[in-house]
Amino acid sequence: MAAAGGSTGSGTDPSSVTVLSAKGMTGTVADPPHGARTRAERAGRMGVALIVLGALLHLSALVLRGLATDRAPWGNMYEYIMAICLVTVVAWLVMLRRYPIRHLSAFMLLPVVILMFVGGTMLYAVAAPVQPALQSYWLVIHVAAAAISSGVFLVPGVASLLYLFRAAHERDPAKFARFGPRLPALDVLDRVAYRTTVLAFPIFTFGVLCGAVWAEAAWGRFWGWDPKETVAFIAWVVYAAYLHSRATAGWRGTRAAAINVVGFVVTVFNLFFINLVTVGLHSYAGVG
Amino acid sequence: MTDTATPTSSADSPRRGPSRWRRALAFVRNTWRGLRSMRTALVLLFLLALAALPGALLPQRQLNAAATAEYIAEHGWWGRLLDRLQFFDVYSSVWFSAIYLLLMVSLVGCLLPRTLEYLRAMRAGPVLTPKNLGRLPHHVRAESDAAPAEIVASARKRLRGWRLVERAEAHGVRTISAEKGYLRETGNLMFHFGMLGLIVAFGLGAMYSYEGQVIVHADGQEFCNSGAYAYDSFDPGLRVDGTELNRFCVRVNDFEADYTDAGQPIAYEADLEYQSGEDLDEGTWRPYHLEVNEPLRTAGDRVYLLGHGYAPTFTVTYPDGDVRTKTIQWRPTDQTTLLSEGATKFDPPGVTDPEKRRENQLAITGLFAPTASFRGEILSSSFPELTDPAVAVDVMRGELGVEAGRSVSIFEIDRSLVDSGRLERVARENLRLGEELTLDDGTTISFDGVREWVSLQGSHDPTQGWVLGFALAMFLGLGASLAIKRRRFWMRITPAREDDDLRRTVVEMGGLARTDQAGYGEEFTAITGDLLHRGLEDGKAR
Ligand code: HEM
Repeated sequence: MAAAGGSTGSGTDPSSVTVLSAKGMTGTVADPPHGARTRAERAGRMGVALIVLGALLHLSALVLRGLATDRAPWGNMYEYIMAICLVTVVAWLVMLRRYPIRHLSAFMLLPVVILMFVGGTMLYAVAAPVQPALQSYWLVIHVAAAAISSGVFLVPGVASLLYLFRAAHERDPAKFARFGPRLPALDVLDRVAYRTTVLAFPIFTFGVLCGAVWAEAAWGRFWGWDPKETVAFIAWVVYAAYLHSRATAGWRGTRAAAINVVGFVVTVFNLFFINLVTVGLHSYAGVG
Repeated sequence: MTDTATPTSSADSPRRGPSRWRRALAFVRNTWRGLRSMRTALVLLFLLALAALPGALLPQRQLNAAATAEYIAEHGWWGRLLDRLQFFDVYSSVWFSAIYLLLMVSLVGCLLPRTLEYLRAMRAGPVLTPKNLGRLPHHVRAESDAAPAEIVASARKRLRGWRLVERAEAHGVRTISAEKGYLRETGNLMFHFGMLGLIVAFGLGAMYSYEGQVIVHADGQEFCNSGAYAYDSFDPGLRVDGTELNRFCVRVNDFEADYTDAGQPIAYEADLEYQSGEDLDEGTWRPYHLEVNEPLRTAGDRVYLLGHGYAPTFTVTYPDGDVRTKTIQWRPTDQTTLLSEGATKFDPPGVTDPEKRRENQLAITGLFAPTASFRGEILSSSFPELTDPAVAVDVMRGELGVEAGRSVSIFEIDRSLVDSGRLERVARENLRLGEELTLDDGTTISFDGVREWVSLQGSHDPTQGWVLGFALAMFLGLGASLAIKRRRFWMRITPAREDDDLRRTVVEMGGLARTDQAGYGEEFTAITGDLLHRGLEDGKAR
């Protein structure tokens, strides 16, 4: 993306302004001329078109669920997972426009497919109203913020995991010898992870905050270390640590990526373990 | 805010060796420096996350005392060890508190110098233009026919909103230093100070708040927040003694629950009247419609609708014609069908001899179903709504133990008295509404009616508003510190000179993002593009 060094002609009237040298400038990523597109390039574009189609179908499924239940379509685990996955895919499509990472789509879609499979087969719930505690506009705001941030957090989770593979390969080329070289450069992966985390973190913070305000109205206290609250707190602290680590000498790069992966694990843990295994006030999964 | 702990130098220690006093001072200073370092903050953040985890995995006493006791009993020495190490009270444990106190110290240590630096930077202008702009991550060098003054003028226009300083160097060279995004640092400080305030307010809140639960019958019964004794259970903070509570009263007139045909609840609503402040003296009652998610807020406190259940009414007619009627709440054992259990207890009327009295107490215990469904003789409930109520009761006669000073739950009888034979079962029967049974001594017991009760929670937390304020400050500060980029832009304009081979004006521009580099490239490209081209058009217009 950065045209380093060298002189580039610029401007409409070279007799008046002549650019002698430039670096760190950003132009658009040039597409190869039409005829020169390789077969891989064409297949890649078709793949992205398929993802877009899938996302549109996914969106209509969510909208229909909303119409069928006459409420926000994220009132139980099945619906919530569906919403998260849609967010992930949309976030990924946005990142695709900015970074040369199209060939990583399969890695990104893998957790999405797994989640959708688990949601559709094991956690399916028929359309129904939600219990009184959930009948609040906070369901719309708090859960939407949680779903959006969790969905976006999946992207840096995968990007950071790939970062760890690539970094291991660069340290020792014998490791992941076939897989490593196909991954984008470390700084691209780092930037993808950072950009998405920085987007998701404030939304997550907002979601936790709204959750506390809702809890004050619904449960009589704004914070009570309910298991779900606790794990949200842990995830928040981990992502805060990630942001700090990028500003700390010796923690940039691999360690930061590892922290982000931990954040991802905590997020998934919060989704499954807390809803399905422990019992707390948040056990609204609507499963079983 | 330093990235690394500053190494301490010992080169200046004089011959006679540091005194003990001086060594202590050095220790304090080094500890302070260590705590202030970002790496320490990181490690502490991790420890905090790790320390919070057991609270999600193990039962916590404060949330569920019964589950905690059961867990400890089931796990033998391991359970007892965990208990000793405060793993069932994680958030008030010594180790959890220690970590967050250290983190707070570290935070203050970061914030103080950073705030001073911030104030200094706010007063100082943008920094001097570096000698060699080519070294910067973003850089353009171009020649133009426009005169330096024109270029400076158009830069001034393009960089509106930036903090800008123009300087002159030797040989007519002019420079511009510009900086933008100071709000980032403002946001960052706001975020961290907000967090500090939040933690303090949270800690104070835990000391000065209380929660109390009480069951009130939904037939006009009243409850007043007059003291801890007014509640069935009361959970005060350390600094609450339960006497001087904010005064308010609540009267529950009606309760209604709505269900889908499948028995899933749709709505819980209670009709209240309440009074507080002057209303108490004037006797004015104000109406309120209490729902889940819609607590009553009065006198600075809140009243919540926590749950509901049924209270069967029993009438006991003694052989001598004395009649006693009681309506006591029974507690739901199954939240989906509201099958309930309880114990309605009677003292024999007109008996003064304590011995005799103790032998003839009655307790009606058993199950209550709002919508009865019998399988053989076994009662269960098929729907949570009150459509066809019935009870399956054991009538116990003998000593109930209520005077013995032992606390017996109102929902139960004392099993040990049954085991020791001092309390005996004298009847077992199923009764539908309006039916009665007769005991061996001629006493009759009838099941006459059902009332609904609600369980309310009164909550007091004087710091809530503060917590919200600090949380909002944190959120806004976070947004600003993550969304805004602090960035610098410099120009050096060297005029054409006849004596050199410099026949045109040379414009050199450089850019540096103080924070994350990604994204500045686009803006830098746009600015330089505008400047070069606008400079050109301005030049042509002459
Ligand atoms: C519970 C504790 C803490 C949390 C949750 C927290 C959270 C955050 C967050 C979300 C940011 C924004 C990240 C960014 O600007 O990229 C931030 C920035 C920062 N925090 Fe903290 N923080 C905590 C404690 C501390 C402590 C103890 C220190 C000092 C040792 C500190 C120093 C900083 C610094 C220097 C930045 C700016 C980093 C940068 O410029 O990117 N924080 N913090």
